[in-house]
Amino acid sequence: MGFSDILNIIQSVLELGLIGSLTVLALFLSYSMLNVCDLSTDGCFTLGAAVGAVVALSGHPYLAIPAAMAAGVCSGFVTAFLQTRMGINSLLSGIIVNTGLYSVNIAVLGGASLKNLNNVETVFTKMKALLSGTFLNGWHKVIVAFIAVALAVVFMSVFLKTRLGLAIRATGDNTEMVRYSSINPVFTTTVGLCVANAFTALSGCLLAQTQKLADINMGQGMVTVALASLLIGGTLFSRGSIKVRAVGAVVGGVIFRLVYAIALRFQMPAYMLKLVSAVIVIFAIFIPYLKKQYPALSKRLFRRKEA
Amino acid sequence: MLELKNVSKTFNPGTVNEKKALSDINLSVEKGEFITIIGSNGAGKSTLFNAVSGAFLPDTGKITLDNEDITLMPDFKRARFIGRLFQDPKTGTAPSMTVEENLMLASGGGRWLSISGRAERNALKERVASLGLGLEDRMKTPVGLLSGGQRQAVSLLMATVNPPKLLLLDEHTAALDPAAAEKILEVTEKTVYDGGLTCLMITHNMSSALQLGSRTVMMADGRIIFDTRGEERAKLTVDDLLVRFKDAAGRMLDNDRMLLS
Repeated sequence: MGFSDILNIIQSVLELGLIGSLTVLALFLSYSMLNVCDLSTDGCFTLGAAVGAVVALSGHPYLAIPAAMAAGVCSGFVTAFLQTRMGINSLLSGIIVNTGLYSVNIAVLGGASLKNLNNVETVFTKMKALLSGTFLNGWHKVIVAFIAVALAVVFMSVFLKTRLGLAIRATGDNTEMVRYSSINPVFTTTVGLCVANAFTALSGCLLAQTQKLADINMGQGMVTVALASLLIGGTLFSRGSIKVRAVGAVVGGVIFRLVYAIALRFQMPAYMLKLVSAVIVIFAIFIPYLKKQYPALSKRLFRRKEA
Repeated sequence: MLELKNVSKTFNPGTVNEKKALSDINLSVEKGEFITIIGSNGAGKSTLFNAVSGAFLPDTGKITLDNEDITLMPDFKRARFIGRLFQDPKTGTAPSMTVEENLMLASGGGRWLSISGRAERNALKERVASLGLGLEDRMKTPVGLLSGGQRQAVSLLMATVNPPKLLLLDEHTAALDPAAAEKILEVTEKTVYDGGLTCLMITHNMSSALQLGSRTVMMADGRIIFDTRGEERAKLTVDDLLVRFKDAAGRMLDNDRMLLS
């Protein structure tokens, strides 16, 4: 393995890790802050990819970004509406929206299950043209992803400090208290899910454009992959301000990709990605639980041996 | 100021669990009054607070606050002018957020996207210092790490940082150890009197029911059975209250948390 191989791997880890970490940031908002496990993430990711692809294909590379995010906002709004106004359990509303989005996504892709973006102008090709001839030649994908993530982290850490952001955090922490502070938790939940899904869709949009392909199945399992990244980041940056924790989410996303890339090097087949992320999520949630249960557990085991 | 007219509420109507929690409650509270409320288990004290704060809508009757009909207003809108504290100190605060963040949320100045500046943070710190509990040094501590008494003090400050038209205290010292309870009661009294607040307080402590405030209301079986203020109240003893209860309710006062001394 030569130097250029390693460089290629680093580039691809950073590119995919950073783009994926936008979804991790979305879950940071919905899962860690709002305490809602948003299972519409998979569908919303694909929705962003599909909308971004179609808009880019129609010749608007820049418009593709806000269009995809706006589609994400709509998807988040529906998920929030189902759980706050229609009495549907929050997990179930995510699953329902996810199912519905499958049809919507195919419709957006013009009835096809994939759209090719070869020779289509996107933010990545624009950046590539801008950087050609400079020393950053070839880093355009990483740079676009980095700019998007940096803006997202700044946005997230400022947003969560505003009164609205505080209210969203409090909604996940103690909904009753939010009501007593004369804030409608329906409103905070809705805003939180809309913003989170905008980032999920942005993530999907960028992935489709960098891979030059929007595919109906590209979002499958994203929620587990992102959750695994979020929990990895959370263990590394468990204490600290919101800003530090948001950066932690991004770092988690990149680390996840790194581990995955190393595993691929060791001949792990690519289709194992989802199983690995599933196992990571299981243990990331199980280990803290086990730590809490361990004193009682060990006591029981110990006493049994004594008797 | 606060006016309840013929307010009734029956839970689980038409079932074996039917319970008339409030029956024809009429209560008129003057501005600046501090009313203590006592009663047996299931007398409807907390239900009365729930009706006033909008946790449910009453079956019949009308609730007005400052001549505004609030009978059908959603609870989070009423919270703008009704502050409420609960027995469980966990109820009123967000545990993973800091003291400062909790207070910023409650003080609620500015627009949705505004960020609290140094001036506002200092003002909040001063308010916390005025409690005299040393919490001003722990502004950046997550509320979940505070003791029950400290947490209840933060809740009290959150409920009163913008002076509410009405403050409802639902046995807010019952879950605290005696020393903390006394301290919180002291802080409560100071806050209510300094702010000239109108306040209703449910208590299980018969003697503080008579010592604190300006009026005492006794409830049983969803009704107000005794209402006393002024000179008559000043002469009352705890024993008198027990006799009054027996006369009005036809049985002994039974409350498993009641403190008679």
